[in-house]
Amino acid sequence: MSRLAARYVDASEASLVQRASHGDNTAFGELVRRNMQAAYYAALGLVGSPDDALDLSQDAFARALKHAAKLDPGRPFYPWYYAILRRLCFNFLRDRKNRQRLLDEQGAWLAYDLSGGGPPEDPESRLGREHARRIVARALSRLPEAQREVIVLREFEDLKYQEIADLLEIPVGTVMSRLYAARRALADALEEL
Amino acid sequence: MNDERTDPMDERTIQLMRALDGDLDAAERAAFEARLADDPVMREEWQRLSRAREATMGMRLRHPPEEVWDGYWTSVYSRTERGLGWILVSLGVIVVGGWAVWTWIGELLADTGTPLIVRLGMIALFLGVVILAVSVVRHRINVLKTDPYKDIQR
Repeated sequence: MSRLAARYVDASEASLVQRASHGDNTAFGELVRRNMQAAYYAALGLVGSPDDALDLSQDAFARALKHAAKLDPGRPFYPWYYAILRRLCFNFLRDRKNRQRLLDEQGAWLAYDLSGGGPPEDPESRLGREHARRIVARALSRLPEAQREVIVLREFEDLKYQEIADLLEIPVGTVMSRLYAARRALADALEEL
Repeated sequence: MNDERTDPMDERTIQLMRALDGDLDAAERAAFEARLADDPVMREEWQRLSRAREATMGMRLRHPPEEVWDGYWTSVYSRTERGLGWILVSLGVIVVGGWAVWTWIGELLADTGTPLIVRLGMIALFLGVVILAVSVVRHRINVLKTDPYKDIQR
């Protein structure tokens, strides 16, 4: 199960949200602990910089705490929080200085998943893989924000179309069309390899 | 948000996407493969998109050091405290600074030893700063009401 999908099935969340909305910082802290990893990785996928992802995800929680009275106990916490986070991340990306810096850093936020084990890799394959990682990272960083967001949620957070649609409050068809456009752009970039 | 234009999805593209994401049942998969065999353009598109999908499948977002999670909530809470702190410090500076300037102006006006021209100059300087400050604040408020980029953090 993905990091994001896991939070939709937690029965005790409504009680925490209820308490947090009445100013209980301990309950809000528990919501932060439950969601901090998903928040960090979501921000990392959007801005492509580990330090900035940490900063933005924490800043979004601080803003969420400031507006905790607006929390609705009948709805899950994460989509509400994510709306704050993505706005901060998009604003951050729209700052020309930040965008330039991120282009300089591209690729540092992606890694190969070697958890499956396998035989030791020869230096040539490793170089080829590193090159592919940089190409993918560069192609992702050049995508329009909305396409990048959808492909990160699908490929790295492993969300289904419907889960992405629910999180972003857009139709499934829009999710698919953004994902299609993102994959085509990625395919174009990979032809450089 | 910078929303791109994406064309509406046709049935062929929907089928391609669902196949890429392993979302087709056995019958749909068979129909898809038959269609691929008959349509070279679709087959080429399938190969291109499959390559893009495979490139990302082996990757993940890089994990941060484990210690990051230990101090995460504390850091969030500190940010909210700092925000409150800055508001209080700003208020304090405005009140104390305003009182100090007001007192200083009063003393300056009462001081008959200072030449009149200097006293008038000081009053002009003070009034000028106040007018500029009010103008800047008023302009910021007006811009905030209409500026589409108001949420951009500098």
